[in-house]
Amino acid sequence: MTLTITNASKTYPDGTRALRPTSLTVGPGEILSLLGPSGCGKTTLLRIIAGLERPDPGSEVRFGDEDVTRLAVERRNVGMVFQSYALFPNMSVCANIGYGLKVRKVPAAELTRRVDEVLALCRLEDHAERPVTALSGGQRQRVALARAVAPRPRILLLDEPLSALDAALRDSLRDELAAMLRQFDITAVFVTHDQSEALAIADRIAVMSDGVMQQIGKPEELYRSPASAFVARFIGNAMPLPGRMEPGRLVLKGGVLPVPEAAGRSDVYVRAEDIHLDEDGPLQGTLETVSFSGGHYRLGIRDVVEDTLFATHPGRQAPAPGDRVRLRISPDDLVFLPQSGHMPE
Amino acid sequence: MTNRIFVALCLLPLAVFSMAFLALPIVRLVQASGESAEGWGIYLQILQTPRYLQTLLQTVLVSFAVALTALAISTTAGLFLARNRFPGRGALLSILTLPLAFPGVVIGFLIILLGGRQGLFNTLLPGHVVFAYSLTGLFLGYLYFSIPRVLLTVMAATEKLDPSLEEAARTLGASPWRIVVDVILPGLAPSLVAAGAIAFATAMGAFGTAFTLATDIDVLPMVIYTEFTLSANIAMASALSVVLGLATWILLLVARSFAGTTVAAGG
Repeated sequence: MTLTITNASKTYPDGTRALRPTSLTVGPGEILSLLGPSGCGKTTLLRIIAGLERPDPGSEVRFGDEDVTRLAVERRNVGMVFQSYALFPNMSVCANIGYGLKVRKVPAAELTRRVDEVLALCRLEDHAERPVTALSGGQRQRVALARAVAPRPRILLLDEPLSALDAALRDSLRDELAAMLRQFDITAVFVTHDQSEALAIADRIAVMSDGVMQQIGKPEELYRSPASAFVARFIGNAMPLPGRMEPGRLVLKGGVLPVPEAAGRSDVYVRAEDIHLDEDGPLQGTLETVSFSGGHYRLGIRDVVEDTLFATHPGRQAPAPGDRVRLRISPDDLVFLPQSGHMPE
Repeated sequence: MTNRIFVALCLLPLAVFSMAFLALPIVRLVQASGESAEGWGIYLQILQTPRYLQTLLQTVLVSFAVALTALAISTTAGLFLARNRFPGRGALLSILTLPLAFPGVVIGFLIILLGGRQGLFNTLLPGHVVFAYSLTGLFLGYLYFSIPRVLLTVMAATEKLDPSLEEAARTLGASPWRIVVDVILPGLAPSLVAAGAIAFATAMGAFGTAFTLATDIDVLPMVIYTEFTLSANIAMASALSVVLGLATWILLLVARSFAGTTVAAGG
């Protein structure tokens, strides 16, 4: 089922514009992530698709060929996983999963068959008769997902499905969720503020900020060629390298960096993982902080640019704070963006 | 001073209070009930006197009807008031909770003004509609009394319901009616049982309203009063009080255990 959104916008009665006119298409079976900081309008867009929020006049939401803009949420046949999971506390796991089928008056035999099928898909067979209040966070999340997909919805919507879990569990469940979503093969839209979730799960990511969709594309595209400073900073935490641009080189406080001739007048960004310690490197700075994060060190380096520049250092040993270090950045790893104030359409 | 002694000292006022105002009077009440010529046989006498048993049953039934009706009215009103914001809502709320300030006598008086021989209904439809001096009047009086209590409890509970539960039910295709039955009522159940129990207990013991309406309405508090003042039968009045207390306590216990299971199932 293709999901098409045309000019969807939402203005609250007090004049707050939660969502500026936004258009996007999600192909059949595709998993799209709406990514952005809180208050960027991503949840509003999701609720407009669900029918829980009424969009401004002129907005249009289509499921396949059907215009559902004015269709009540009960009749839209969407599956939704809520941030808090919103499981019915007075029902067992089975009753929760079968609820959507029960209210649609599906015959008992078929209901049981379908619930068993979804229980197996979500690996919940052992918990079928337990009260949902007795489940762990990860199990609740699977029940919420199972309940949403049991009635075979046209579109699956997930609102921050992993944010209620603690950090350790979140990482393992992220891959599990990605695998289950592929298995269901339903067009899915999921909202998150966590870039690693979006990168791991989504086929395409739509980055949003301040009610505006900034860029939409495959995870690799957004990472390698962000369209704006916001996207560059938000995905992969790119850091600006403010300096004087001369033909073929960028003059920084801590040295001169070679850049491609074609770079022209642009803002230059770089990510921490692309900055390498190198005794023959063209840039020089003073090490300010060193923190060990398991696989690598995170180095905070002063005097290369005005702000502290961060580099990831994969070695077994790191220099000590206060040491002078030399740095190398490959021109291929630099991200060039049109100078701020000249945002492309 | 060790910590243990300090805690013990802090508990002292509680101990004194429970002894003086709770335990002592009740012990004395039970004692007094056995001080007549019949001794403890007085309780057997209550069981053998149809009038007492009927009165007890009637009291329980009226109180039960009051609790159920108050729940039905207050739940619908409470859900609406908790969910909707409109001009005049605050004023409406304060009017609805006004009866909290009235003593039972005033409530009884209001019922007489409404359904008495010179009441509003009898003036409009002469000779037919006098309901103040009967169980109907008593029922209405208690109801008037109970609605604000239940209403406030229901509203507080409604505001605590997780709105995403209803949204989840809606995305799954549930009609508004099904959402009430499957999501809202189970969510409110513990509060409804608690509020109903309070309404029930209040109605069981309410005396002022009954006394204002008529002295011959057969509810237990009235019988206790007449035994005490007219017959000076202190033992019987005490025994009936004990029975009233026990009956209310047992019924509340049943309600609470029911609420307990709901709470457990509801997390």
